[in-house]
Amino acid sequence: MGWPLAVSAGLMDKSPRALFGALWALSAGHLLATLLVLLPFAFLLVLAAWQRPIQLVASLVVIGFGVYQLIARRHPRALARIPPTQLALWSFAVAIAHGAALMLVPIYLGLCQAFELDAGHEAAGALMQASLGMAVLVSLVHVTAMVGAGGCLAWLVYRYLGLKFVSRSWFNLDAVWASSLVLVGAVALAFNLASWR
Amino acid sequence: MTMRPDPTFHASPKLAMEAPAENFAYTLLLSPDFSKPDALAVIDVKPGSPTYSQIVHTVTMPNKGDEFHHFGWNACSSALSPLTGHAFIERRYLIIPGLRSSRIYIIDTKPDPTQAKIHKIIEPEEVFRKTGYSRPHTIHCGPDGVYVSTLGGGGKDGTNGPPGVFIMDCETFEVLGRWEIDRGPQTLHYDFWWNLPRDYMVSSEWALPPQFENGIVPEDLLANKYGHRLHFWDLRARRNVQTIDLGANHQMALEVRPAHDPVREYGFAGVVVDTTNLEGSIWTWWREGGKFHAEKTATIPPEPADKEKLPPLLQGFGAVPPLVTDIDLSMDDRFLYVSCWGTGEMRQYDVSDPRKPKLAGSVHTGGIVRRAPHPSGKTYAGGPQMVEISRDGRRVYWTNSLYSTWDDQFYPDGVPGVEVMANVGRNGGLELDKDYFVSFPDGYRAHQIRLEGGDCSTDSFCYPSV
Repeated sequence: MGWPLAVSAGLMDKSPRALFGALWALSAGHLLATLLVLLPFAFLLVLAAWQRPIQLVASLVVIGFGVYQLIARRHPRALARIPPTQLALWSFAVAIAHGAALMLVPIYLGLCQAFELDAGHEAAGALMQASLGMAVLVSLVHVTAMVGAGGCLAWLVYRYLGLKFVSRSWFNLDAVWASSLVLVGAVALAFNLASWR
Repeated sequence: MTMRPDPTFHASPKLAMEAPAENFAYTLLLSPDFSKPDALAVIDVKPGSPTYSQIVHTVTMPNKGDEFHHFGWNACSSALSPLTGHAFIERRYLIIPGLRSSRIYIIDTKPDPTQAKIHKIIEPEEVFRKTGYSRPHTIHCGPDGVYVSTLGGGGKDGTNGPPGVFIMDCETFEVLGRWEIDRGPQTLHYDFWWNLPRDYMVSSEWALPPQFENGIVPEDLLANKYGHRLHFWDLRARRNVQTIDLGANHQMALEVRPAHDPVREYGFAGVVVDTTNLEGSIWTWWREGGKFHAEKTATIPPEPADKEKLPPLLQGFGAVPPLVTDIDLSMDDRFLYVSCWGTGEMRQYDVSDPRKPKLAGSVHTGGIVRRAPHPSGKTYAGGPQMVEISRDGRRVYWTNSLYSTWDDQFYPDGVPGVEVMANVGRNGGLELDKDYFVSFPDGYRAHQIRLEGGDCSTDSFCYPSV
């Protein structure tokens, strides 16, 4: 997400350094957004007894957000109002607005389920620590993957493909993105319900 | 909502220049005595077409007395801003404000310009209620909506509070509200434009409605009471960051034209008249060390004339002022076109070195005293006024009317509406095209021109020309 901003930064300053600098800021913002969403769930997991309801609610939240995205198709105006110099803030805001961070919740909760088997009988503190560690790990892996893909695209456009690629390559993925949120939430919900019995 | 960005959106000015040439020119028509409704004329500008240089469609409005002046698109290349990441809108609707009525028409130009029709009308009360502004003027398509500058504040004569800029939704055309959060010393308005990646806006000053609606007020002009400042703004923070006074004698700082290439942090402004010597001037403004600067970089002298050949307004001066009423910058930032509405001259300056404009071309049409004929042999009254440049920079179009009541003062014999075009040489130079002469219907004058697919005073770009 945000690779055209990295291309723009590189071209405006005529330096690859500016491109990579922008990628750093974008990663930082995105990472912060995912952590902001995952951390509350990490704390909630202390309530081990309530883990299933938490997972169910989380699935429903993701599905609900996806449905909302499908209905409210307008893009939030506020994103274009963030100054181009505040790339990390932009990246944070766009990740929150799109529910990019939210998408990780079912995956993250699924991972913690395995943890819970061992940690369930230990002190709540240890469980929380493990959950926190897992939340950070999930966020880092996700951001690394995103920046890896986006960064490659930014570099290719900057160095080889040229600016025509910016307008030619853009597809309206809003509906696809919203549907994938619903799908991820639904899969998580199905797994939870199946394993509950 | 579309699945792909509009093919007329371009990431950089260079890509816009390489795009196909325009097929249609939209021109605003106004009824100067308000006896007929204003209209939008669609002109065929495709060379070789059987209807070349003819009006092929007209959209006539349902009201009278709107006084059309400037207009613009609902969306343009700024939609490719990487900050929105959402360019799935169309360059489809023309937004036409009535300067005198404060009514705004939304015209749908799809599926074909020759079938353009009214899509929506925003009544003046909505503008007044939601913004406190009146007399909407310049339209710019921004990445987060349509920005509309106004010349009047609230109240009947538009002097209740300062004028400013308001924002409209680019799809629903709902008036969203005022743009400014802190206007600083700004109290007058005319034009505005911006540099999107560098995040600043510049605006200029004409006058308040009582100073222009019933004609130019000579006493106010001689007392230097018209606008003479440029305001610079933090675009996203919506705050005035600096105001530069060009000097009180530099009356009416009108059009502002930032360089199209966003890496270039400079632009131009035209001053209509210097009250100390009647000359017109071009100013270059630029940003350096975080501060804006401006200096006069070109002057155009008045032309002496017999008193009896002059309208009453100018008889006391014995000269025709050039009256720089419009300027426009080619997409490659190389040539600046300057309309001298009083002397009837269209000037072309090479501004490759922006602080040292060099005169590169000139043609004459009309003029208060010169009355230069058009090469087609047809009569051209008035002078070169609103000028528009094709994206590739090879054709320059212009009309001949300034503003209903001002036309009557400077050109008492009348200004029948016409539009002409000049061809530009590869390295500059201007030549009037004798085959392009559009006469508008009797009783109509012509004002601003917009070219199909964008032009040199419409689109703003978020990526440099590389």
